[in-house]
Amino acid sequence: MDKTRSDAASTNTRRGVSASPGLPRALPKVEARDRSAVAKAAIFKLRDVNVSYGGVTAVEDVTFDLLENEITAFIGPSGCGKSTLIRCLNRMNDLIPSAGVAGQVLYHDQDLYAANIDPVQVRKRIGMVFQKPNPFPKSIYENIAFGPRVLGMKGDMDEIVEKALRKGALWEEVKDRLKSNAFGMSGGQQQRLCIARTMAVEPDVILMDEPCSALDPISTGAIEELMLELKRNYSIVIVTHNMQQAARVSDRTAFFNVDKLEEGKRVGKLVEFAPTEKIFTKPDDIRTEEYVTGKFG
Amino acid sequence: MAVAESAITRKVVERASGGQRTRDLLFRLALLLCLFIAVLFLGVLLVDVVVDGAGFLSPEFATSYPSRLTPDTSGVRSALLGTLYLMVLCGLFIVPVGVAAAVYLEEYADPARWYNRLVEVNIQNLASVPSVVYGILGLAFIVRGPIDIWGLGKGQPTLLAGALTLGLLVLPVVIIVSREAIRAVPPSIREGSLALGATKWQTLWKQVLPGSIAGIATGVILALSRAIGETAPLILVGAGAFQLFDPKVDGPFSAMPIQIFNNVTESKPVFQDLAAAAILVLLILLLLMNSVAIYLRNRYETKW
Repeated sequence: MDKTRSDAASTNTRRGVSASPGLPRALPKVEARDRSAVAKAAIFKLRDVNVSYGGVTAVEDVTFDLLENEITAFIGPSGCGKSTLIRCLNRMNDLIPSAGVAGQVLYHDQDLYAANIDPVQVRKRIGMVFQKPNPFPKSIYENIAFGPRVLGMKGDMDEIVEKALRKGALWEEVKDRLKSNAFGMSGGQQQRLCIARTMAVEPDVILMDEPCSALDPISTGAIEELMLELKRNYSIVIVTHNMQQAARVSDRTAFFNVDKLEEGKRVGKLVEFAPTEKIFTKPDDIRTEEYVTGKFG
Repeated sequence: MAVAESAITRKVVERASGGQRTRDLLFRLALLLCLFIAVLFLGVLLVDVVVDGAGFLSPEFATSYPSRLTPDTSGVRSALLGTLYLMVLCGLFIVPVGVAAAVYLEEYADPARWYNRLVEVNIQNLASVPSVVYGILGLAFIVRGPIDIWGLGKGQPTLLAGALTLGLLVLPVVIIVSREAIRAVPPSIREGSLALGATKWQTLWKQVLPGSIAGIATGVILALSRAIGETAPLILVGAGAFQLFDPKVDGPFSAMPIQIFNNVTESKPVFQDLAAAAILVLLILLLLMNSVAIYLRNRYETKW
């Protein structure tokens, strides 16, 4: 698995995270140790992360810090590795036997890929919402209660379920039919149920892999509103194909691009990581500008 | 202008020619004929069996012991009990082993490893091995093997050996059907469960197996109905007929197909009718099991 693990401290050079007007100041240019109220703490620090499938590199040399209580958006054309990368953040890539991760994925300064880390524990702290709503074939109530039950959470299950459904902005719609099957809900409701289900286990971070790509604009709006609400207490990372969505909800945006190598090989690379406003108004890199203005991708 | 237009329209939506329609009709008739032949033979067999055997069917037929001497009051008690015992024991054997094997192959085995591929190919092939071969296997390695060594059979054929032999026979089918049921649970369900911090074990027991239970149950019942219809393996492991005592797990036993077979080989014509009646009993049992399978599938199947 671990091909190369480089020194974290030596690679903290990135573009675009320097000061930007109108938004909270980014991390100090030195090391991210400052946890004062002004500068938000880094929840994830990625250092030279490479992800490969069966020895073929999918994403190369990603180094950046994701901040607490922010929404970070990953954007970029198909095949740029944004979904691959987000799945490293809670070790979902472990499910693919051929996947390999090199470099460091630090979560609260703890290497998620260290030998003594249990991926199950990682996923308890870092929840994930998927592209296609994937409710369990059970009642709405059981969908929410599943997580707390398997984690052995204490407390009144009815209360836990209600709280989670309220956080998912779903309680008012479903409170009278908690026992009905989740498959009977609309796609948008199903996706909010999946978000509520994730909330029920009280994670710190929610990863969202194109959560709205299967939804209509109204459901999408509801979920975006929900994300803005949730970021007060959670850190959110979202992969999206929809640039307007990234612009609407995110605080910081990472733009990934595909580098075409010889022999038709392709590898995803981080091009630019900056406050969202900067990415969409005056990005440093010409490729970012071309992408966000719709010239390709 | 108008004339040209209508000509084009007519060309586009031209009706099928007479030849095409005739061919279509002939093909449909041919298909119906094939279906008719299959159903006809089944129907004739069924009618023949009912005509011969229905007169003997009564509750007493199921509860009295078979007899060569008094055919008029002869029944199938020992054989029917033997078949029911076989079914239960066989089920107890094939459910845990078959489902566990399927879970391993679907959820844990790395298909890139040669030994896993070998197991897969073997299971596919074992499903089509003639049942008499399993009978020989059962005789050599179960009746004269562990059962004898444990002292259970005291050197005699036993019901347990019969059940294990039938279990081995249908195990490949159970594994294949269970694998399909497990595979039908979409990967997104596993991902959703794992993303909530559930372990692989919890995901398996609380999501994957409940989601595939209908398919597994259906497969097990169909496998069992094949098992209780088998004759050849039971002859080889030493099942008897015309037994005047109830079967015991560690003792001699009879079974419906064996009893039917032995009835047919008797010289008095009345035994032919008794065989027909026994066939009816077995058919009713099989029909019941298949109905249960259909009910389970309709009731508990998850529409993904």
